[in-house]
Amino acid sequence: MPPVISVKNLAKTYVVGEVTVRALRGCDFDVEPGEFVAVTGPSGSGKSTLMHILGCLDRPTSGNYFLDGKDVSKMSKDDLAAVRNRKIGFVFQGFNLLSRTTALDNVELPLLYNGSLKLKTAERHKRAMDSLEAVGLGMRHHHYPNQLSGGQQQRVAIARALITQPSIILADEPTGNLDTRTSIEVMGIFQRLNIERGITIILITHEMDIAEYGTRLVRFRDGKIQVDQKIAKRRDAAEELAALPPPEPDLQNVVGDPVPAEHLGGVS
Amino acid sequence: MSIFMTLRIAVKALNRNKMRTILTMLGMIIGVGAVITMVALGRGAQATIEEQVKSAGTNLININSGNFQSAGVRQGAGMATTLTAEDATSLRQVPGVQYVAAGVNSRGQVIAGNQNWSTQVQGTDVDLPAIRNWPTKFGTFFTPTDVNTAAKVAVLGTVVADTLFGPEVDPTGQIIRIRNQPFKVIGVMTSKGQGPFGQDQDDTIFTPYTTVQKKLQGIQHINNITVSSETADTAPVAEAIGASLRTRHKLLPGEPDDFMVRTQEEIASVRTETTRTMTTLLAAIAGVSLLVGGIGIMNIMLVSVTERTREIGLRLAIGARGKDVLLQFLVEAIVISLFGGLLGIGLGFGLSAALEKFLQWPTSIPPNAIGMAFGFAAATGVFFGFYPARKAAGLDPIEALRYE
Repeated sequence: MPPVISVKNLAKTYVVGEVTVRALRGCDFDVEPGEFVAVTGPSGSGKSTLMHILGCLDRPTSGNYFLDGKDVSKMSKDDLAAVRNRKIGFVFQGFNLLSRTTALDNVELPLLYNGSLKLKTAERHKRAMDSLEAVGLGMRHHHYPNQLSGGQQQRVAIARALITQPSIILADEPTGNLDTRTSIEVMGIFQRLNIERGITIILITHEMDIAEYGTRLVRFRDGKIQVDQKIAKRRDAAEELAALPPPEPDLQNVVGDPVPAEHLGGVS
Repeated sequence: MSIFMTLRIAVKALNRNKMRTILTMLGMIIGVGAVITMVALGRGAQATIEEQVKSAGTNLININSGNFQSAGVRQGAGMATTLTAEDATSLRQVPGVQYVAAGVNSRGQVIAGNQNWSTQVQGTDVDLPAIRNWPTKFGTFFTPTDVNTAAKVAVLGTVVADTLFGPEVDPTGQIIRIRNQPFKVIGVMTSKGQGPFGQDQDDTIFTPYTTVQKKLQGIQHINNITVSSETADTAPVAEAIGASLRTRHKLLPGEPDDFMVRTQEEIASVRTETTRTMTTLLAAIAGVSLLVGGIGIMNIMLVSVTERTREIGLRLAIGARGKDVLLQFLVEAIVISLFGGLLGIGLGFGLSAALEKFLQWPTSIPPNAIGMAFGFAAATGVFFGFYPARKAAGLDPIEALRYE
């Protein structure tokens, strides 16, 4: 099978005032379909820049990026938007759900920007429900983000990424705001999607133990790939979760302080 | 994204900040309301003028004596003494002329019993009530015999009658003194109200023009001739009158007229023009508030774009194109302005009705003003919403997602 992502001599240079920042200094790498690539590296190593280019949010200064065999680096803005909508699903550290919008409506959002699909409202709802059920949140479709825990919010975000049936999911520090148990839960969902549906996943993290849920590790340093290797012993989130003590009672029914706004991670 | 979805999202977003939306809308409401009210006032005034012109008679032609020149010294208008009663009589032969009345103006102190009043004394002819479509309330108008004999008879305007004898008192048969000469009151005119120049048409006394000429002024000429044409098409008749008078006055070609012919239409058009200017001016001032309302929309949309930077970033990341975001914010601005415009039209109607009811100002809302106000509101929304919307659409998704 041809690689789903193929990057050739990719470079990105930012000019900030009089300072020129070379975020990426020529990197080559291919991602085969069904891979689970964990990208790590210290801050400023270029992993976020790579992520933005892979996500078609940014274009490289030089070099080529082939997505499904098509050169994306030369596409127009509108074409890139269509690629983001149909081929790529995004999961962010801060969830980025629309507040005051139900989980269902949040998940549905990408479908609204898919002009060629022309889905009826009922059909959109059904697909959003399917997507929510795939992350185990079918029961909470009418909840608002501020009524959901961090893990649940991230699962809504994953459901949103899934709804257009993308071939790739790009996850930027998806467990950065979550505790250990929730992190494992979220990684479990990613692993399941990767194994059961064959979705290619590119995960950015700077936690080594999170990276080990993947099949391949890519480490960046100073805008270049320093390490690119198979993960010898892949962690299995489902097994680990089963081994953990049962979760604390559902926080929904416990009286406690409201979550401070800065931890909600919603988009106002 | 379908336009219906865009609209739904816009309404939802506006609903989140109700207070802010309402305040922004208020700018549009006041702007559109003010424009509608001002146009209604202007149109009302115009309608009043048209009414007045109609009441004066649309087929009226006035001939006034012009200026005259003596040894190079030009006197003012109305000073010429060349217009005569014979001129008036001759005009009856001009085709299209229906009635003719010669007129001589005078003023004087009028005394009746222990009351007195200074008013104008209009000497005129028997056909005046027919020309002006102006019947008497009490008594009768004077007869050709009165004119021929220069009889000292007077027909009072209602203001004069009310002042001298009290309202709703029939003074027929009473004697009044005009410039110390006794006149017998033979009738009172009905009330005619304001004339086309705002003068009170009821503050007057009519006597035969011959009486004014001989008993009050001691002159041979007349000051004006009032003519009614057979049809409302007065312009050709006025021209024929002008030509006829030039011949009678033996004016050589190139010599200026020593009289002035004015049709009611001309007089009306001057006033209509004035009112139209006023209306335009008022509407323009009201338009300024519409402009301010528009700036308010722009301001709030800019704030909204900044507040929702992360939302915009997210939408762009999941596949919204620039134009989707542009449309989303533009539609929000248009919803504010159109809804505000709609309420503004309501306010305009309410204000106009209130002005008419409480201040007795005539108002009239032309149907196209509603369409225009609505169109203006929409245009304001598009114009002032475009810049913030373009700013939103032009955001870099990466920057926007990182925005705190």
